[in-house]
Amino acid sequence: MPAPLLTVRDLKVVIGGRHILHGVDLEVAASGTTALLGRNGAGKTTTVRGILGLVPRTGSVLLDGEETVRLATHALVRRGIGYAPEDRGVFAALTVAENLRLAERPGAREPAYDLVYELFPELRQRARQAAGTLSGGQQQMVAIARTLLNGNRLIIADEPTKGLAPKVVTEVAQVLERAAEAVTVLLVEQNLAVVRRLAQHCAVLADGRTAHRGPTAELLADADEARRLLGVGRAGHGGTVGTPARTGTPARTAAHPAAPTAEADV
Amino acid sequence: MSTVVLLTLTGLGLGALYFLVASGLSLIFGLMDVLNFAHGALMSIGAYATWWAASGHLPGAGSGGVGFALAVLFGTAVGTAAAVLLELAVIRPLYTRPREQILATVGVGLAVPALLSAIWGADARPFPGPEALSGTFGLLGAEVPLNRLVLIAAAAVVLTALHLFLGRTRHGLVVRAGVEDRAMVTALGIDVRKAFTLVFAIGGAAAALGGAIGGLYFGSVDPAQGTSLLIFAFVVVVMGGMGSLTGAALASVAVGLVQQFANYYTTAGLGDLAVVVLLAALLLVRPRGLTGRLA
Repeated sequence: MPAPLLTVRDLKVVIGGRHILHGVDLEVAASGTTALLGRNGAGKTTTVRGILGLVPRTGSVLLDGEETVRLATHALVRRGIGYAPEDRGVFAALTVAENLRLAERPGAREPAYDLVYELFPELRQRARQAAGTLSGGQQQMVAIARTLLNGNRLIIADEPTKGLAPKVVTEVAQVLERAAEAVTVLLVEQNLAVVRRLAQHCAVLADGRTAHRGPTAELLADADEARRLLGVGRAGHGGTVGTPARTGTPARTAAHPAAPTAEADV
Repeated sequence: MSTVVLLTLTGLGLGALYFLVASGLSLIFGLMDVLNFAHGALMSIGAYATWWAASGHLPGAGSGGVGFALAVLFGTAVGTAAAVLLELAVIRPLYTRPREQILATVGVGLAVPALLSAIWGADARPFPGPEALSGTFGLLGAEVPLNRLVLIAAAAVVLTALHLFLGRTRHGLVVRAGVEDRAMVTALGIDVRKAFTLVFAIGGAAAALGGAIGGLYFGSVDPAQGTSLLIFAFVVVVMGGMGSLTGAALASVAVGLVQQFANYYTTAGLGDLAVVVLLAALLLVRPRGLTGRLA
């Protein structure tokens, strides 16, 4: 088995005196897609932000064997990481073209506009439009397009289907599937149908710790385990990850406010 | 009529001076969330360096023609260098400690005038300017000092240059993006700290240029000149919308004009109060200022 592209060991994050991550362990396989799962508030986004150094963290983050935990975010990203954040991170006052231009890395390889416009022809038509006036789906296209411009080794997509219409969810999943043929993807996702389609491996977080690691199909085939870890029923047939079972009863239904229905097919 | 013309052009000249200080202040706050209370000190440094050079201490520089242009260039360069030094030595080590950062800029803002006083005395020094710019010109019956036009022209050039920089260059693009979401700029692989230093340099250059040619407007330089202008520059930044260059330009004109007209038609000194009233009224109607965005 090839060495993982990204290895995270004992990642801890403390923000404002509050321990958010207590020691996350994670491996992202050298190819394909690895999903990072967990209920709302489990620490998925903080883990991603911790990996990238966007929040103060301790532990170890090895990118292709190189320790990066002391690197500044921009230096780490320039080693070949594309990041599409949960809130999409689109610059609303800038045009679509300017948003893409920001992702260019002068001195590195030629930006892959051909690929981006092939995957998202709409972005070419809307190049001069302010990104803040785009729909949620279009903004997500901009966010993902920026990760594809640079020939990155790893794409980190944080809930790329969140809040999108079912049709757009399918489009985003298709793009990520195609991207994963050439680039390794770390996917934070609540929509289990998307996870099932894209991710070969997964890690599940619970309360700021890694609760499970293994093949995605194995986890989703085990309804009891999936319910215990993710708070979902019928995990093998789509659905979304639930909220934390604060009342002591596992959430049985989709809790993601704008996710597709439990039967969404991607 | 002639009074109105004179007051208008004097108000625009003063507004131009405010803009030169406020433009950098606004960009620095918009991008870096830094309230730079030392910005007035950068203006004073530019003013004194120009005065020093134009007084014959810098070879080639002088009070007339090309010599004065060289003195202004020298003053602007010294102010720019001071701004870069301020960012690297004082602001950067305190990025994660905003309260200490503000206190540090307040400290520098107090220390620089004190240092200038210690070296050249607390009294105002006559500012040597070119003979050609000390005269007046006639417009609609008013005799308007030429230096007003110099200030207005300088502000217009700086506004245009900043717009071109922000709109046409990659560094400008990074600054505009950084004003919106600094962390995301970093997450795209861009070293935003370089943009910080660049913006400080640009802001310092504009303020120092304001100091350099502000001496023509005031006819003298004194250590507290920059600090006393800073409060109005802050008013301009808040009125224009934090981080908005166009807003700063519009607010500068409004503040300069209101101040001049209120001072002339009411009691001297009431113009300052009128500016504060204007700020309060505007914020009640538009809490984010005139534009609330950049450029």
